[in-house]
Amino acid sequence: MKVKPEEVDYIASLSRLILSQEEKEIYANHLSQILEHAERLKELDTDNVKPTAHVLPMTNVFREDEVKPSLDRGVLLSNAPEVESGCFKVPKIVE
Amino acid sequence: MELYRLTACQAYDMLKKREISCRELTQSVIKRIEDVEKDIDAYLYLDTEQALKQADKVDRLIASGKELEPLGGLPIGIKDNMCTKGMTTTCASRMLANFVPPYDATVVKKLKDRHDIILGKLNMDEFAMGSSTETSAFKKTKNPWDISRVPGGSSGGSAAAVAADEAFFTLGSDTGGSIRQPASLCGVVGMKPTYGAISRYGLIAFASSLDQIGPFTKDVTDCAMVLNAIAGHDANDSTSAVRECPDYKSALIDDVKGLKIGVPREYFGQGINEEVKKAVIDAIELLKTLGADYEETSLKYTDYALSAYYLIASAEASSNLGRYDGVKYGYRAANYEDMIDMYKKTRSEGFGSEVKRRIMLGTYALSSGYYDAYYLKALKVRTLITEDFKKAFEKYDVLIVPTSPTTAFKIGERIDNPMEMYLSDVCTVPVNIAGLPALSMPCGFDSRGLPIGLQIIGKAFDEETILRVAYTFEKNTKFHNKKPDER
Repeated sequence: MKVKPEEVDYIASLSRLILSQEEKEIYANHLSQILEHAERLKELDTDNVKPTAHVLPMTNVFREDEVKPSLDRGVLLSNAPEVESGCFKVPKIVE
Repeated sequence: MELYRLTACQAYDMLKKREISCRELTQSVIKRIEDVEKDIDAYLYLDTEQALKQADKVDRLIASGKELEPLGGLPIGIKDNMCTKGMTTTCASRMLANFVPPYDATVVKKLKDRHDIILGKLNMDEFAMGSSTETSAFKKTKNPWDISRVPGGSSGGSAAAVAADEAFFTLGSDTGGSIRQPASLCGVVGMKPTYGAISRYGLIAFASSLDQIGPFTKDVTDCAMVLNAIAGHDANDSTSAVRECPDYKSALIDDVKGLKIGVPREYFGQGINEEVKKAVIDAIELLKTLGADYEETSLKYTDYALSAYYLIASAEASSNLGRYDGVKYGYRAANYEDMIDMYKKTRSEGFGSEVKRRIMLGTYALSSGYYDAYYLKALKVRTLITEDFKKAFEKYDVLIVPTSPTTAFKIGERIDNPMEMYLSDVCTVPVNIAGLPALSMPCGFDSRGLPIGLQIIGKAFDEETILRVAYTFEKNTKFHNKKPDER
């Protein structure tokens, strides 16, 4: 499985990353190596095997809907890069 | 003997009997840190002043007649991916360099409730992605047995701190071997409990279906005691198992008579160093002379585990790390054009190269057109691996294998070759895939004097049998008594 530099571009864009030309080449090479190693999974017949996403045999976990104190807004906002009027500040999204 | 040399249980007993004060104990460890930390670089954050204040508080409590709970009042360290209220928690990433959590992880809260003293936060691979602690954005931790070598990873700081007596015990996290492999390379005891045995609330997520918190300790008794302190259901973590917690201390029995050990041959094949193989086989032979039975067996999907692991873990990581968008916390790029550009620049400047590689791999495996071939395929192989273990545990009480294919490798040796680095985890990832408990402990030294680790794998929620085997092995050997600076 050879990953082409154009594919790296596309994946980087999905991942919300900007890569330099040098990084693109390195990642194309590394991803190819890793996926080549993963080719061996195709040796296994898994047509009738169910996937396991999670090992614990649990489905929905419910609890009572109780009102409890939440964390202080000021404390939570203190980690934000930009804050205005008690809110997270983000670049303009709507024209 | 210097106080910092004591095991956690020994230190706790002396505190309880008032033979020493908490201040003396804490000062001894701080002095030790001052002496060795410049060579080891285990800590990313240290607050010795605060630690001494806490120690005085513990002394006042003891003076007022309060009895400390087991392992309470000890100076300890926490891997820097577990939230500590008011103390930076960086995941060794520029992305979270200034993040100060507004709450404590459940495990941290449980230890603070026992009046344990958090000296600081321990170095790790960035976002726990790595096997050598070299992907940390801030510093390289060195192996106390040979400072030209890595401590393993991703919990390398947690392992090195215990090996160098810079804390009585530490916590780490294990997604594909991140507790057991550094424990093996640093010659200490490290345990990854069953998935769900310990709350992960406040553990910064890497791969949520695989991550588990566990202890690094100087011996097996301490390991059982730390488990007693941190295990159990937590309403804040819906994946933590609802069950009665056993008293892990009662599992410390020096007797393996009648126990059946399975030795899967796939873990002793190509790529496993001969000295490592011999030390592990000698250990199994010793357990046989102590009354256990062993038999060679086969886990035929072992060779597929590493690929399945890297696809699953990276896919989950690509999703979990989507939250680092420069809005709610963490780094934000200084200059950008619009929202999407802000996301991209923030993430490109904030994440290191290994994290980017995993996000890219995971995004690829989940992307349209490749989902079935990679991610879904890996989840199906996960089923086969899990069933493989289930079948083995119908016959055996524990499985014993090496923890790491080699002893500690040189700093810089594998960092430019991701596939070679990933192979460091070949003996540990199958356990995470199946959600099983496993412990690594020292079982010998190679010709360079570097520690070799033995991995004991148990049935789900049967930490007790693992501890019993480990305790018996420790009681009948002397490997755990050897210290790096007494080589």
